[in-house]
Amino acid sequence: MTGRRGTIVLGIETSCDETGVGVVSLDDAGGVELLADEIASSVDEHARFGGVVPEVASRAHLQAMVPAVHRALATAGVRPGDVAAVAVTAGPGLAGALLVGVAAAKAYAAAWDVPLYGVNHLAAHVAVDTLQHGPLPPCLALLVSGGHSSLLDVPDLAGPVTPLGATIDDAAGEAFDKVARLLGLPFPGGPHIDRVGRDGDPAAIAFPRGLTGPRDAAFDFSFSGLKTAVARHVEGLQRAGIPVPVADVAASFQEAVVDVLTAKAVRAARERGAETMVLGGGVAANSRLRALAQQRCAAAGIVLRVPRPRLCTDNGAMVAALGAHLLAGGAQPSPLDLPADSSMPVTEVLVG
Amino acid sequence: MLVLALDTATPTVTAGVVEVPPDRSAGITIRAVRATHDARKHGELLLPGALAACAEAGIALADLDAVVVGIGPGPFTGLRIGMVTAAALGDALDLPVHGVCSLDAIAADTDGVDGPLIVATDARRREVYWAAYAGDARIAGPHVEAPASLVARIPELGAVAAAGACAGGTGLRVVSPESPGPGGLVACAADAVRAGGRPGPLEPLYLRRPDAVAPGPRKPARTG
Ligand SMILES: [Zn+2]
Repeated sequence: MTGRRGTIVLGIETSCDETGVGVVSLDDAGGVELLADEIASSVDEHARFGGVVPEVASRAHLQAMVPAVHRALATAGVRPGDVAAVAVTAGPGLAGALLVGVAAAKAYAAAWDVPLYGVNHLAAHVAVDTLQHGPLPPCLALLVSGGHSSLLDVPDLAGPVTPLGATIDDAAGEAFDKVARLLGLPFPGGPHIDRVGRDGDPAAIAFPRGLTGPRDAAFDFSFSGLKTAVARHVEGLQRAGIPVPVADVAASFQEAVVDVLTAKAVRAARERGAETMVLGGGVAANSRLRALAQQRCAAAGIVLRVPRPRLCTDNGAMVAALGAHLLAGGAQPSPLDLPADSSMPVTEVLVG
Repeated sequence: MLVLALDTATPTVTAGVVEVPPDRSAGITIRAVRATHDARKHGELLLPGALAACAEAGIALADLDAVVVGIGPGPFTGLRIGMVTAAALGDALDLPVHGVCSLDAIAADTDGVDGPLIVATDARRREVYWAAYAGDARIAGPHVEAPASLVARIPELGAVAAAGACAGGTGLRVVSPESPGPGGLVACAADAVRAGGRPGPLEPLYLRRPDAVAPGPRKPARTG
């Protein structure tokens, strides 16, 4: 340990297209502090394909892994010998991509002779909030990204987590990407829809709210029908030779997504008696989602916690944060024959 | 010098500890080997195998002087596990990591071949990874091709024997081994290990571009 620093935990994340390495410090009271958050992204290599290509992502992870660990340790100002534990995303995610991070994490843990924690990516999205807002009370988490759209009941970061609902087709971020493409906006679509939609009328077009009927699953999501409705609307205009009001379409689509997400999340929080809600995942960077979640949580007397955008997207710091909480809670480390599990259930926070 | 040898370019997950004497004329000694045939468990088996080999050799990871790793060609997901493990161990232990063509390592482990040799391994999709050797030199490859294309090249290469898991398809006399072993891997890098320099970053021999197609013009959504 260096100076007054606490216990150092290194986290590795490779579940999708970001090679993330984070370093956090855990103090005696269980608090965590962010020391480094290095990210190498292959997003530009995927742009021309309109989505993440698993093999391209995996190749980039192999190239980026060791340099990212170097940069993270240098930024954190810790020597390799100071690292007390290594945490890694064991799943869910792209199998080939996960394997690169898991293999690297095992090698670092074995070489440094420190415990290894193979953790759940979704639980890490929740844990990251403690780096910005401190200890987390029992909460309801809404995680939305290009890969996931989940509502989770999280009584404790060390688990177990109860999944309340998830998307039954496209992830919310995927819908943003597809609609962006439809509107001629670049990949990834989320930030562009957000930007363009600011000049549009969110009530201009009444796009459908998926799975909101009285007989539908209360906490599941569906964005496939919405995406199709936007496509039909745009094509209808194009056939009629009417210019597409891109800002209105973007704003109305975005409103349909965030309306359903926030309504269901607030309802879930009320039903489970959660007084705190955490937003996470890349789509949590969406300004309209933040605003509507804030408004509806305030009305329902729920404290909303949204980490800054950099912590919402996939990164190594979130994995290090969860690893630190598990270490503090005395969790049993994962074995060195830890597999990567592309469909790891969220009920499993740590691979035992 | 103690060297950890790793290879995951074939269904065999290989880890071994090899001793390289400073004197070039003295042979290398294999101290311990862990090799398991399981194409789906490279990630689970490799590091425990490496630790078990070290334990059997009576050494700790910290006692190693270098790491040698097969850089393929091989099915990508498995190949990357060996390479990132080697790179991370080298980084964490501050050791040089030498990359070796996995087909070269197989060739180095063959015995009693009197003439040019073909090494062919499974590239899936009805293709093979292959290279040809004469004496200590690689004279062709590595390539990824249909077995028939390899067979058509054999007369011109003058090959008399074949090694590797797909050797049987060549029609040549089949010799062992089927997959890279620690001895062959380290033999291919022994001079570099003795020299003690820092090799450049590892570059995998993928030989194929990623499967990815840029989307064409958007298909209209069905209406009605
Ligand atoms: Zn994520």
